[in-house]
Amino acid sequence: MQVTAMDVYRLLPKSNCGKCNEASCMAFATKLIEKELTLDDCPQLSGDERQELEELLAPAVKEISFGPENRKVTIGGDQVLYRYELTYYNPTALVIDLPDDLPEDEFMGRAEDIQTLSFERTGETLTLDGIALRNKSGSPEKFAEAAERLGGMGYPLLLCSFNPEAMEAALRVVGDQRPIIYAATEENLDEMAELALKYECPVVLFAPGDLEGMKRLSWKLRSMGVADIILDPGTFTGEGIGDTIDNFVMIRRLAVEERDADFRFPILGVPALSRLSGEGDAVEENIREATVAATLMNRYADILILGGTEIWELMPLLTLRQGLYTDPRKPQTVDPGVYEFGEVDEDSPVILTTNFSLTYYTVEGDLKSGDVTAYLLVLDTEGRAVDVSLAGGQLNGPAVADLIKDTGIEERVKNKVLIIPGLVAPASGEIEDDTGWRVLVGPRDSSGIPDFLEKLASE
Amino acid sequence: MDKLTELLKLLQNTKSIEIKEFRMDVDELELYMMPAVQQAIQKTVEVREKVEALPEEEFNPPVRSYPGEVAQVKLGDGTRKSVYLGGQKALYRFEEPQPNPPVVTFDVFDIPMPGLPRPIREHFSDVMEDPGDWARKAVKEYGANMVTIHLIGTGPKVMDKSPRDAARDIEEVLQAVDVPLVIGGSGDPEKDPLVLEKAAEAAEGERCLLASANLDLDYRKVARAAIDYNHAVLSWAITDVNMQKTLNRYLMKEGLTREDIVMDPTTCALGYGIEFSIDVITRTRLAALKGDADLQMPMSSGTTNAWGSREAWMKKDEWGPTDYRGPLWEIVTGLTMMLSGVDIFMMLHPTSVKLLREIGETFTREYMTAETPDLREWITELDY
Repeated sequence: MQVTAMDVYRLLPKSNCGKCNEASCMAFATKLIEKELTLDDCPQLSGDERQELEELLAPAVKEISFGPENRKVTIGGDQVLYRYELTYYNPTALVIDLPDDLPEDEFMGRAEDIQTLSFERTGETLTLDGIALRNKSGSPEKFAEAAERLGGMGYPLLLCSFNPEAMEAALRVVGDQRPIIYAATEENLDEMAELALKYECPVVLFAPGDLEGMKRLSWKLRSMGVADIILDPGTFTGEGIGDTIDNFVMIRRLAVEERDADFRFPILGVPALSRLSGEGDAVEENIREATVAATLMNRYADILILGGTEIWELMPLLTLRQGLYTDPRKPQTVDPGVYEFGEVDEDSPVILTTNFSLTYYTVEGDLKSGDVTAYLLVLDTEGRAVDVSLAGGQLNGPAVADLIKDTGIEERVKNKVLIIPGLVAPASGEIEDDTGWRVLVGPRDSSGIPDFLEKLASE
Repeated sequence: MDKLTELLKLLQNTKSIEIKEFRMDVDELELYMMPAVQQAIQKTVEVREKVEALPEEEFNPPVRSYPGEVAQVKLGDGTRKSVYLGGQKALYRFEEPQPNPPVVTFDVFDIPMPGLPRPIREHFSDVMEDPGDWARKAVKEYGANMVTIHLIGTGPKVMDKSPRDAARDIEEVLQAVDVPLVIGGSGDPEKDPLVLEKAAEAAEGERCLLASANLDLDYRKVARAAIDYNHAVLSWAITDVNMQKTLNRYLMKEGLTREDIVMDPTTCALGYGIEFSIDVITRTRLAALKGDADLQMPMSSGTTNAWGSREAWMKKDEWGPTDYRGPLWEIVTGLTMMLSGVDIFMMLHPTSVKLLREIGETFTREYMTAETPDLREWITELDY
């Protein structure tokens, strides 16, 4: 039941007026599907068709925002089951568990750590998205007090309690910052729904291991007028992880392929539950939790609650998220050619790399942080990494010779010496023959370039 | 709906109304008018009750049927225990559990490999001088389903060991363990077919996986060695579904069947293009289940590529200890490939292997048959 450009075209004026700057209404329909243009770009739409189109173009998964206006996080919005079909929208939000019974200084320290944790990758700063304040104490007063402490930070929050009284106590304090209410269950559904409506906050529906029940409860919530729902089908770990995966997949399939209104919502997972068993030491627990988180991120999780705050645990998750949510329609390349670092002159070294953007930005970061002065020759490998393009034949002698000629680098340096990545060593002879340059095999990882050049200069 | 509201407004002040160009039939009129009329009458009703009329539907699990299936490849015969790969008839477990769990094969090398990251050397430093001991330890202590013997030493620029030396190493590993082997070359396109041919001969009848055949080398020689000595072949393409199809077709033209081929669509490591591998592997598996006979083979992942990522090995205090980073980088890379459809994993670290297997083994079980804890009070129970 995926919406096609033809479905959209039927509702367009079919006048090919060109006012949207597209050649035809059909071309406009395609751009609408790919979210490159919006309905506002068509000046000829009438009310009824517009409304129908809006419904038709609504993403399969509802887009939901939480957190204060100036820091809001958006989740959901997906249209497809597989990223290659289009792209995945709105990266999985990573929120960290914060129990309300921690001593105050520990509590504040952890809250601070969560907000400041960051990791630089390929020119992007990767960070966490929110705090899940958990009513571990069971006391409404304690919960509200803890919410009060966090309220001043203006950081996106998720409030975790199954007790409506505690939830209301916390909402009285931070309800204007649009926290997520976790969670409505079979037992407390009416009260939680009331709170969600009163404070205009998204609410999580928790129905562990029971999709049939989840469907009924979701319908009930919708019938009460609750529009922003997030689904938690239960995060079973260990032997139960297969069931968790199945439930996540079924929910998303029902949303995308069958447009089942009860399931067209973002999915929440709680990898922190892998810590319930209490097996293993802290390191093992972190590794296990990251494993569950990576699994669910690969299988449609839109928001995850984690217990770990160690950078080594979160790095692979932040990196996986960055990869999963890159737009497969955008080529992952930089322009080939010659790039200059520092005050280059005729004595500056010449280094070779490929135009795969991940490779390029990694090398660029290392040259900059190492304060290197050099020319960087960037070869068009159709966006392939060094080892892949060497094996695939895009990186070879003739290609490098052409690059040297096209960039005119020969006129800009005195010595014809080319430093190639360590992984290209097998092709060093071929490159030497085809270019007539002397080839030096550099380090296997570009982090070694500064040291390599220093050693070279001292020789 | 706006027009209906207008119509209803008109109706309120009018006893009869004449509609020109009437286009509705009677059923439709009833269907559309009834709720609207009701709505107009109960004007004071609260917003919430108005939406009560949402249709309630039954829950049906979204199970699909697939015209195609993945071939089952048997590895290990003769003096080996057998391991089976593939055989899937569906995409997910809730549709039909996988017949075989994912398999892990430990990397072992014919030379001591000083370049291996420290967290791995730590586990194997006592056996790295001898590929037989190395393989034995991987099986005995770490429960490897299989062992991959990489004949790196045959590389002309490494130690330039002869194909005959390689055959001797294979014999030694065959003696040491009774699990099936993957036999890998050094990556030299000239020499690999010669090395694999000799190695295949030394392992005649043991049904190993020869790694690999690709378009850059004499894949015919590799295919022939597999047919002559009863082995399977790893068909390696570089993140390109069409290249994979072409190579598979060439290999089948040489006489191999789908039951003799395992595909390696290339594993780009986490952070280094893993999304390309996800896309290619997902598309390949979907194509197989839809009936593309050129892609109906199990898939393999060189998960150890993850150790090439600087995040896995580079010493950097603000990133935490490499002892934890490395294995986790390998797990997340392997896991992501497993969820995309890969059947066999070449791996290095015991912890990574253990966790990947734990998840993989659930793929063969029926939906909702595992013992699961009661999560209903987790908010107060979770403590760590």
